[in-house]
Amino acid sequence: MQIDVQTVNIEQKNQTFTHLKKRFGDKKIPSRYQEASYDLQAVENLHYRPTWAPEQELYDPNLSKIRMNDWYDLKDPRQFYYSTYTLNRAKQQETMESNFKTVESLNLIEGMPDPVLAIAQNLLIPLRHASYAANINNTLVCGYGYGTVFTQPCVYHAMDNLGIAQYLSRLGLMIGDVEALEAAKQDWMDSDAWQPLRRSLEDLMCVRDPVEVFIKQNFVLDGLLYPLVYQRIVDQNLVEQGGSGISILTQFMTNWYLESKRWVDSVLKTMAAESAENKVVLEEWVDTAANHFTSVLLPVAGLAVEGNQADELVSEAHDELLQRAKKAGLFK
Amino acid sequence: MDIKKTPKKLNVKEKYRLMTRDLAWEPSYRDEKEIYPYVDYEGIKVHDWSKWEDPFRLTMDAYWKYQAEKERKYYAIIDAHAQNNGHLNVTDARYLTAIKLFLQGISPAEYASHRGFARVGREFAGVGPQVACQMQSIDEIRHAQTQVHAMSNYNKFYNGFKDFASQRDRIWYNSVPRSFFDDAMSAGPFEFLIAIGFSFEYVLTNLLFVPFMSGAAYNGDMATCTFGFSAQSDEARHMTLGLECIKFMLEQDPDNIPIVQKWIDKWFWRGCRLLTLVAAMMDYMLPKRVMSWREAWNIYGVENGNALFRDLARYGIKPPMHWDDVEKSIDHTSHQIMLGLYQWKFGTAFHSWTPTASDIEWLKEKYPTTFEKYYLPRWEYAIAQKEAGGEYNNFGLPKLCQVCQLPTLFTEPDDPTQLCHRETDYEGEKYHFCSDGCQHVFEQEPEKYVQAWLPMPALMQEPLKGDLAAWMEWVSLEPTAAGEYASSEDKANFEKWRKQVSTD
Repeated sequence: MQIDVQTVNIEQKNQTFTHLKKRFGDKKIPSRYQEASYDLQAVENLHYRPTWAPEQELYDPNLSKIRMNDWYDLKDPRQFYYSTYTLNRAKQQETMESNFKTVESLNLIEGMPDPVLAIAQNLLIPLRHASYAANINNTLVCGYGYGTVFTQPCVYHAMDNLGIAQYLSRLGLMIGDVEALEAAKQDWMDSDAWQPLRRSLEDLMCVRDPVEVFIKQNFVLDGLLYPLVYQRIVDQNLVEQGGSGISILTQFMTNWYLESKRWVDSVLKTMAAESAENKVVLEEWVDTAANHFTSVLLPVAGLAVEGNQADELVSEAHDELLQRAKKAGLFK
Repeated sequence: MDIKKTPKKLNVKEKYRLMTRDLAWEPSYRDEKEIYPYVDYEGIKVHDWSKWEDPFRLTMDAYWKYQAEKERKYYAIIDAHAQNNGHLNVTDARYLTAIKLFLQGISPAEYASHRGFARVGREFAGVGPQVACQMQSIDEIRHAQTQVHAMSNYNKFYNGFKDFASQRDRIWYNSVPRSFFDDAMSAGPFEFLIAIGFSFEYVLTNLLFVPFMSGAAYNGDMATCTFGFSAQSDEARHMTLGLECIKFMLEQDPDNIPIVQKWIDKWFWRGCRLLTLVAAMMDYMLPKRVMSWREAWNIYGVENGNALFRDLARYGIKPPMHWDDVEKSIDHTSHQIMLGLYQWKFGTAFHSWTPTASDIEWLKEKYPTTFEKYYLPRWEYAIAQKEAGGEYNNFGLPKLCQVCQLPTLFTEPDDPTQLCHRETDYEGEKYHFCSDGCQHVFEQEPEKYVQAWLPMPALMQEPLKGDLAAWMEWVSLEPTAAGEYASSEDKANFEKWRKQVSTD
């Protein structure tokens, strides 16, 4: 059964804003995502060149080797604008809050076998520093990338990475108080297992091509790290060893990776489909970074599993990443 | 290490330190200068980034939670507003001019601010200011988007909203806010923070944001004033950040003081010139007025400004250089700008009008020493022309100030009967300014301001070559969006629809 409340009907003059009509026609009312995202960035008559780099434009598509006829092709399949983004994350943080409570009230950490806790300490807590680097890198892409549909998800992604670093910090405080964070930082700075990753992230923080940073951080490194650490080591190995509590506390990371890789893949796919030149550049970036980060992550995996198994897990993650790259149109 | 330990209770400050400050590390494989290449060139010396005091200790989980709550409420209200023809509840359709200006000029500025804060949130070499700036960056995209969503419903019924994206880049008066934000973004990270974080957010927010949002509340614009309420706590955070960043710079090294002083002088003046548009809005565009520009200035400019600069005096910071000129201009600028907008109304994507008899009474009362003496005669002339069946237009093109990009229509600070005009020769070219303040800004950095894109010369050059109709097409200005309010489609429709919803 249907009931209809009557409102006074006034004929509309415009269905939509002109810039949206040009892109999408005016048969359909544009979505809030479209209104919030398209053509918001200034494009012409930029007044001054940056004093920090006078050879650049204030918004400059040529900061990247990647060329797009229209950067607004790089839409986010999740259609995140501020509101949908925040509502989604608020829901997830509620779940995480109750996860932390559950783990606490059931004393799941207390009851966890020592080897599991040691893995959490040695492998997970230092990753808060890696997430901080991902925050900085995504902030760069947001600041210097071109076109709002490409840059806006990057500020969300940057804040997500900060959130992840903070969830890892809370996990650390829970299993070993401030000392856990201190020990993890020490490892990050000095221990052999972490140095290749730290060095690579310092290198990546020196790169100024926003798309290169995007691809190497979000597609390659995260595409290896999250399946390896959260899907395989935490959700399988640790759970089997009695570490379900840890898996509950990293649920955000697991779900976040699955959600955000849809966006990352779609950006990669659209850029690769744009031109053969783009494809060559992207293949070069993905190929070298994938090989590089695979070797970098090997000693990291070694913190949780024996050498042979570490090899196996890392190469699985590598294969998975290349599958994603192929699906996005690379290497064929 | 004994892994199992009962966690100590941490206080908020300590917890926040661990959740943010402690995430960064000192790079050892690469030089800091390679990672943060832009922190030095402005000459600001920072010895210890950790001395930065976090102005608000928000972790991401708390941020998501609070902001989502606000978003839910906001969209519930603007949905209801759209569903119930809320646009017909505004006092009258003259009010729409205020929000057309807002959408064309201010929302793009919110967006620019989002990008600018992302950049400085990347460039500062300390995690404290990085995270604070990133949070402001994400807030600013919120503001741009919620504003577009609020205006989207008005766009369905009225002229002057639909082309805001191309008008942001092309129409002459929008180059006033555009050049302001482009100026800040093309400056270094520290100057950007003084420009936007301090001068704009801290010193001037109460003179820009508050008048617009209060104007919306007074004039029945539920959508815009809901945005105002929803953004209020964000703005409070941004103001705190602005104040913190200036104190941080001043405390780090005494050599920073003259540099910061120079920026305060510049951005205070730039900001006040931008605010002349708000002055016109407050005194002329609100059918139901909140307060006069003079009253707002006395409270938010003089009182708050004095308190602030008294506070900063202990660092050796003096009140902004052209403060006295601003003070002298307050009783004049709104009238000068509105007369200007009215005579160039064929070229604006909003309507303007001559003040009504009751408007005139109000203006006389609020501006006892200036309105009747200097401006009423000009309005009366325009009214008389209209009554005689003519129209008061000035088809001559205004000469724009090279810095603020407003027409050079202001008067000498000490003689309201003389137009103020300044010139500087630079590398064989003559540049024009509206004031000593703008000339001073130019002379500090001529190599920057000679690059300014001036919309009026663009009209005279290829491919438009002075063709007004071609110009209107180029700036997407439909004749229905421009001109006199009294004969506008907006007015006719508003009155027709209002009748339709209030009678059988």
